[in-house]
Amino acid sequence: MRSARFRRTRRASAVALVSALTLTALAACGTSSSDNDGGASDGGGSSDPSAPLDPKTKVTITIDCMPPAAKAAELKEWKEDVKEFNKTYPNVTIEGRSTPGQCLEPPRFTAMLKAKSQPDVFYTYFTDLPQVLDHDGAEDITAYVNDKTVPALKDIDPNVLGTLKHDGKLYGLPTSNYTMGLLINRKLFKQAGLDPDAPPRTWAEVRTAAKKIADLGDGIAGFGEYSAANTGGWHFTAQMYSIGGEIVDASGKKAAFNNELGKQVVKNLRAMRWEDDSMGKTQLLKWGDLQKQIATDKLGMFLAAPDDIAYMAQQLGAKYENFGMGPIPGEKATLAGGNSYMIKKGISSDKIKAAVAWLNFKNLTVGKGQFDWERTKADGLPVGVPQPNFWLNESKTKDDAARSEHATMPVENFKTFMDNPVAGKAEPPKAQEIYKVLDNVMSGVLTNKDADVDKLLSTAESQVNQILANQ
Amino acid sequence: MSAPSLTQSKAGPPRHSQPRETSRATPGGSFAKSLRRNLTAHGFLIGAVLCFAFFSWYPMVREFFLAFQKTEAGETTWVGLDNLRTVFNDPAFWQAWRNTLLFTVLALVLGFVVPFVVAIVINEFHHGQGYLRLLVYLPVMLPPVASVLLFKYLYDPGYGLLNEVLGIFGVPEQQWLQDADLSMLSVVIAATWMNMGGAALIYLAALQSIPGELYEAAELDGAGLLRKIWHVTIPQTRLILSLMLLMQIIATMQVFVEPFLLTGGAGPEGSTTTVVYLIYQYAFNFNNYGAAAALGLLLLVLLAGFSAAYVRLSRAEDE
Repeated sequence: MRSARFRRTRRASAVALVSALTLTALAACGTSSSDNDGGASDGGGSSDPSAPLDPKTKVTITIDCMPPAAKAAELKEWKEDVKEFNKTYPNVTIEGRSTPGQCLEPPRFTAMLKAKSQPDVFYTYFTDLPQVLDHDGAEDITAYVNDKTVPALKDIDPNVLGTLKHDGKLYGLPTSNYTMGLLINRKLFKQAGLDPDAPPRTWAEVRTAAKKIADLGDGIAGFGEYSAANTGGWHFTAQMYSIGGEIVDASGKKAAFNNELGKQVVKNLRAMRWEDDSMGKTQLLKWGDLQKQIATDKLGMFLAAPDDIAYMAQQLGAKYENFGMGPIPGEKATLAGGNSYMIKKGISSDKIKAAVAWLNFKNLTVGKGQFDWERTKADGLPVGVPQPNFWLNESKTKDDAARSEHATMPVENFKTFMDNPVAGKAEPPKAQEIYKVLDNVMSGVLTNKDADVDKLLSTAESQVNQILANQ
Repeated sequence: MSAPSLTQSKAGPPRHSQPRETSRATPGGSFAKSLRRNLTAHGFLIGAVLCFAFFSWYPMVREFFLAFQKTEAGETTWVGLDNLRTVFNDPAFWQAWRNTLLFTVLALVLGFVVPFVVAIVINEFHHGQGYLRLLVYLPVMLPPVASVLLFKYLYDPGYGLLNEVLGIFGVPEQQWLQDADLSMLSVVIAATWMNMGGAALIYLAALQSIPGELYEAAELDGAGLLRKIWHVTIPQTRLILSLMLLMQIIATMQVFVEPFLLTGGAGPEGSTTTVVYLIYQYAFNFNNYGAAAALGLLLLVLLAGFSAAYVRLSRAEDE
């Protein structure tokens, strides 16, 4: 009897334990989204959205992309900036959230929007705006952003701000931007008898230089291109833009690359890959592969954004002085992009004002936050990469001067890129779906010696038309 | 006192033989009694049921609804068959199905036959079977990414080991992953190497359960090795072979990791684009969860239909 009671008690305890553990696990699996207006959000500031944040306002904002502990110097700067910011706004609490690795991974970002679990201030790529609007995820901040709340507003490149607008409404503030150029390995240029201070400016010059570099042997490729994971289509687009072509016509309903310009791009690649043998044997490359090749002196050139240099130096152990940059060959136009912060739809007016005040301090003030180059250098971080590059007028003069003064790398290596700005152009509509199709053009020509250029382009054209008709 | 329910049901008469009238006479009382008697079992089940409900059943039901919905500007609306239309109109749709079927066929030819043959060979060894089993199972223990990187290196046309070795025998350089005609076969070879260990061990266990007398009788009848395999081994392992075939078809139709890592997903001219890779593209690159769910539903229907037909055929055969 006693034994039976004991058994029953033990069973009951076990059941309770299992149930408790299960419920705990389920609770832990749940996402914790920030409160939409959080009790403390109404800090009693002015109700006029165009008025700057009242320093007495008591409010807490959550923000992502705080540097992780592994990036000790960046994290230290973040904390210093919060402290400095709090001198003006002592009652604003900045709750940073950090992510190991990339701040934004597209699958995670999409899931976050679906779950509406983004923090009050969330990091985005320029190209994310349609997706964010589809999910009704961002606040229209047009009324909150003016020359009182963002004093340097007039000096921000209007093209950059334009990428964050929809129907004339502003949905984000930029943190960085880029235009694609030609990244070169200076060491290989010198070895091949080329002038590293004068990167190729036309595609014909690229072909000649690539051949000379590939002739060095030892598995070295002169020019590299992507052809997988939608990045091939992305670079095909950049090449089309560079010679004055388009991917989609003005109506946005028809493909516009199956023409002489499109053929020129593909034939040039075919010539380099199969006639000159200057693009290496390994193809189906995607983002990250070419960076590894050029960082290990196995590649002479490829199309890249300036921040690739920082990635290669910081992540792959390459040396800054080994790289140089020129504008995209052809120079008619180039792909432009960047990243920004948006503000979660539905949060209180005070929170929005606090967010704008923080973003202005951290990312949009020359000499402060991310533009405090003196501090960046003192912390052992790179200074001199031509990115962000969104300042105009007086702000640009000041920022360029500070960047040169505190540069930790030979900035003259990027002079050709800086002195020859090429107009930036946004990605086409349905970009990723079109890139998927154009990947086949790139992989076709780079993996098949006998690829039929006309057929590759006409097949891609009809497929892109199908995608555009299906919007 | 309350003894464990398993003991009770074992001790009592079989449930189906209980008179139906009894349970009908006092349905409430019987249910309450049964609930009380099995309270402990139900308590233990709660955890598993909740986990399945939240993480398996709910997502499945949600996927079904998603396949007929679209979210734009924060508004989710019912769109009928629009997502299916989107999927059918995708230029990569039929190519993805062709590639998936090609992968399945090649994976069956290689991935079904090779482990069976390997199991037969290992079974013939009287010494070192443990070592051989470990050897065959070792690739399964490797993380898939590591295995795939290994094959990426083997296949590389520039510095790959495979071309180097074949070159010794005068075989010209092959573009394993970069040739649209060879890429899928190359993926299948890698997938077979990575995954065959588990199947080989299951076949080996089935082979070892075949009574030795059957082989002795076959030998007395003058059967050679091939006849013994045909007349003894295959009939004796038919059940396990059938089950493995079904499971392998279901698994191979959902191939994703190998082409994703080996060829970047699409491969040369889209030659390794599979259905699941297309689903991945819809969900995470095109932000079109509706189309992803619709394509997932199509795959589910196909696999469920195939499984049902297969089970029906097997039953008919048994009868």
